[in-house]
Amino acid sequence: MSENKFVGAVLVVGGGPAGMQAALDLADSGFKVYLLETTPSIGGTMSQLDKTFPTNDCSMCILSPKLVATGRHENITMLTHSELKKVEGQAGNFKVTLTRYSRYIDEEKCTGCGVCAEPCPIEGSSAFDRDLAPAKAIYVPFPQAVPLIYTIDRGLCIGCGICEKFCEAEAIKYDMDPDIEETIDVGAIILAPGYDVYNSSKKVMYGHGTFPNVLSNIEFERMLSASGPTEGHVIRPSDGDVPKKIAFIQCVGSRDAQTPNTYCSSYCCMAALKQAVIAQEHVPGLKTTIFFMDTRAFGKEFEEYLHRAENEYGVRMFRNNRISKVQEDPGTSDLMLSFIDGADIDEEPFDLVVLASGATPPESSKALAKSLGMNMNKFGFCETDELAPVDTSVPGIYVCGAFSGPKDIPDSVAQASGAAGKAAALLADERGTLVTKKEYPEEKDVTDKEPRIGVFVCHCGINIGSVVDVPMVMEYASRLPGVVYAEANLYTCSQDTQKKIKEMIDEHDLNRVVVASCTPRTHEPLFQNTVREAGLNKYLFEMANIRDQCSWVHRLEPKAATEKAKALVRMAVAKASMLEPLPQPKIPVTPAALVIGGGLSGMTAALEIAKAGYEVHLVEKEKELGGHMKRIHHTLAGVNPQETLAKLNKDLQDHKNITIHLGETVEEVRGYIGNFESTLKGGEEIKHGTVVVASGAVEYEPKEYLCGQHPKVIKQTDLGDMLANGKLDAKTVAIIQCVGSRNEEHPNCSRICCSMAMANALKIREEHPETSVYILFRDIRTFGFAEENYNEAARQGVTFLRYDPEAPPRVRADGDSLVVEVDEQFIEETITIRPDYVVLNAAVHPNPDNKDLAQKLKVPQNKEGFFLEAHMKLRPVDFATDGIFLCGLAHSPRLIDESISQALAAAAKVNTVLSKPFIEAEGVVSVVDEDKCIGCGRCEEICEYGAPRLEEVSPGVFKSKVNEALCKGCGSCVVECCSRAIRSKHFRSDQIITMIEAALADDDEEREAKA
Amino acid sequence: MAEQSEAKQDQPSYEPRIVAFCCNWCSYAGADLAGTTRLQYPPNVRIVRVMCSGRVDPAFVLKAFSLGADGVIVAGCHPSDCHYINGNEKTATRGDFLSEFLEETGIEPERFRVEWIAGSEGQKFAKVIRGMVSDLEKLGPIAQEGA
Repeated sequence: MSENKFVGAVLVVGGGPAGMQAALDLADSGFKVYLLETTPSIGGTMSQLDKTFPTNDCSMCILSPKLVATGRHENITMLTHSELKKVEGQAGNFKVTLTRYSRYIDEEKCTGCGVCAEPCPIEGSSAFDRDLAPAKAIYVPFPQAVPLIYTIDRGLCIGCGICEKFCEAEAIKYDMDPDIEETIDVGAIILAPGYDVYNSSKKVMYGHGTFPNVLSNIEFERMLSASGPTEGHVIRPSDGDVPKKIAFIQCVGSRDAQTPNTYCSSYCCMAALKQAVIAQEHVPGLKTTIFFMDTRAFGKEFEEYLHRAENEYGVRMFRNNRISKVQEDPGTSDLMLSFIDGADIDEEPFDLVVLASGATPPESSKALAKSLGMNMNKFGFCETDELAPVDTSVPGIYVCGAFSGPKDIPDSVAQASGAAGKAAALLADERGTLVTKKEYPEEKDVTDKEPRIGVFVCHCGINIGSVVDVPMVMEYASRLPGVVYAEANLYTCSQDTQKKIKEMIDEHDLNRVVVASCTPRTHEPLFQNTVREAGLNKYLFEMANIRDQCSWVHRLEPKAATEKAKALVRMAVAKASMLEPLPQPKIPVTPAALVIGGGLSGMTAALEIAKAGYEVHLVEKEKELGGHMKRIHHTLAGVNPQETLAKLNKDLQDHKNITIHLGETVEEVRGYIGNFESTLKGGEEIKHGTVVVASGAVEYEPKEYLCGQHPKVIKQTDLGDMLANGKLDAKTVAIIQCVGSRNEEHPNCSRICCSMAMANALKIREEHPETSVYILFRDIRTFGFAEENYNEAARQGVTFLRYDPEAPPRVRADGDSLVVEVDEQFIEETITIRPDYVVLNAAVHPNPDNKDLAQKLKVPQNKEGFFLEAHMKLRPVDFATDGIFLCGLAHSPRLIDESISQALAAAAKVNTVLSKPFIEAEGVVSVVDEDKCIGCGRCEEICEYGAPRLEEVSPGVFKSKVNEALCKGCGSCVVECCSRAIRSKHFRSDQIITMIEAALADDDEEREAKA
Repeated sequence: MAEQSEAKQDQPSYEPRIVAFCCNWCSYAGADLAGTTRLQYPPNVRIVRVMCSGRVDPAFVLKAFSLGADGVIVAGCHPSDCHYINGNEKTATRGDFLSEFLEETGIEPERFRVEWIAGSEGQKFAKVIRGMVSDLEKLGPIAQEGA
């Protein structure tokens, strides 16, 4: 291999949600991926979380399918329990040396059954459970671990050999080499090693590690988790009592000049709100109190979550509080806190204290920086540029997730896709050179074959098994008509069970499979893929939801829950016996993208897609590109972005793959993933395979504070213009925050205004040192490293006055001049300012055009009017509709670097579609029986997707025909059809009726039991 | 505890049987969320998942009653939230018609419900089931055909 030959493979360092996403995006767009993870399982910090904000989704439930998808992807090689040692070479061609630490287990032989761990006499503590739970010397970090392979902790192991005797698979190898060096060749590297949780014991005044009832946030998260050390019971570690009052102390090891961590950790405020809400749900009557410095609920729909916590759950909140110390009553182990309440100081005891331990750079960061020769910022996180948020200082090495600064999951995931997009563009010419195509075996013909059903009943650890009598359900299932095989699994979703299912399909010649476990909403695709790998059509699979809709909701009625589980299995088996294989038509893909919106996000996405080798149409309604960016003269870092914008513009103009449509809007969009056809207002027709929505947002036009009535009341953007033109002439400037956001009409935070206020205030102080600056705020929300700008503004003499939203500042005209009165919330005094300018930090509001665009694309908006992504945590730039993606301000308010990350992410997602020659359509569609159809046209009339169309089959005779690619499978037309000519595949009427019959069938055993 | 469970056994052993048709995107997700948040409700309901509440043929409801269901629920996304734009509007229209029809045939209106339950409304799902079970307990078993 020559030195300059690029390699079509990428190394991803870190297996958390960011690393997994980057790996999946690259693997899905034709690149070989090596996923390196130090611990024995992928999953990262997210796997330790109980719930995620702001939807309270169960973290493991949404993560688990991702873990499995990563683990089973044919283009991803997982290198867990391994560490990066050395990197040589340059962008396009790196030689990477790594150490693979021995598990002392033969990875090929271990089935993950866990029989080895039970007899192990050693009890250490579980790092996964933050040392709150015991762990054996032979262990997996958590039950859903991927890969599900045990590891021997040689530090704990005494070498007694018991586990070896129990392991029937003969997987245990004491004499294995301790570690092995390996080298791999890759074209690019993506760093996603995540972050470490700050060691709160360092803040000795809080007593963490000394007072048993002081926990860190991650420890409390484990306590809340049903699979955690207390099985979800909230207790005081000192005595096991259920606490009645819990206090949350924010900013522990963040925003703290006593530590090196003066930045904000970004997620802790929301995490505390979530934990308070969830804890109150766990413990009836529990009172929670959170002590904030500021409430930093700056993300999409976060402020609404805060409102619900405060008003619906009664979570008590004190702002402006940095708790100085925690004192313990040695008799009761209660904890005493003193805090600020308005102008007073109060003292109160609590049963339990949770510390908001912040994010610190991962332990590995220094070694990583050294071996890669890249720059870190002063805090030890990876250094990035606001205008190049996924680039490190080394070409060909990209970064994502919390390693580039503390951030929450969706921002990490978006940045990860963005990094993947960058790597894909770099290696565009090598796409497809090192990957193996996913090959499924030829489908077995099951037509006219008697059903041979296999039923797999899941214990889900204790989730199902502790309530439902799983062996009984399994035994019952085995006697149902058509069932030839049944078994119970600890975790049916685990990788080893997938293998088992395939083996059983072969061994027992199964032609239908039923899994009784959790919900098909998350796990059906996984099992469908499994049966497909065993040669069955994926629609020959059915699920019974005996966890979410049974064991979890009938925990105190194990008998009734078991009967219900039997009924649910009976229903699933009844339907399974009537399942038919459905074809999945292959839809060819037009390798082109339509990008709607020519602001920074749209421009960035367009260029990246073009670089990856696909045709792009960029549509902008204005006469020039640039959007809001045109009016930004200095970023937080003090850089003028206009030069970058000009270069981006030129790159777009020059790129052969890009057509720019200025002064244009999209009039109509027809078609579906891979095959869109759009008409622009000017009449031009465009064919494209994907759509990127980057339609931006608008700046609120304030009606309050004399805006529009007094010439010296201006908006933040006007101030930016004045500063850029050197036209600010003022002795005093008063900046008012939260104008048009965080109110009844627009409940959420606009995210960017606090940072913008700091940038402008600092610029004023730098260029006009004689000018005084006042910032009137409710909470300062300079999250992440922007906190440095806040600190600097304070150092530069900017005065901060906190106002209560119930009593906002009063602005009045006094002739030509202005008077501002503000009731400062914490000194409880009214302060009068006579500023030369009142600057309103106007909110970011959704683009009013969104509604029209949403209808044309058939994609949803949230209540506020921003576009609504497919999933708030793990699919931040996807729409539920395939082939359509979103980025930038169209998604929600965001900073420049965040918009760029999302734009790169949307481009990466586009790549995953356009890199394939065809897409497999879903099989659940409606189909018309022409013989029965009377051509009334009712179906055509009611279908919102234009799927059924009347066709003239012979002169004067019309028949309806459904376009399978347009049909979404809702089945409404089936019911509307007066001649019963339409059939909904997979949800046929006879299939549904058989389920109703099974649901209401008296179980013989039930009757016997009653008799 | 022992006394309580004995007391329960002494009660008439009528356990209402409910069939609920839930759309995949909202109400089925709401039922899942009731589980995720460990809300407890009586185990009398059997859920049949359909992609859209608009798929629920009135014939399914009649079939359920004819097979002895004591109550039937059709649950979909809230108005204007339908994953398929307006499938739930069709459900609403059919629901009104069905309610009238059922009443004419002597089936009490409490036995049939159309409910809008969002994916985020685990609480509401649990509440609907609790409410229906308690209503049906008061009504007693449905009169059997030909009885």
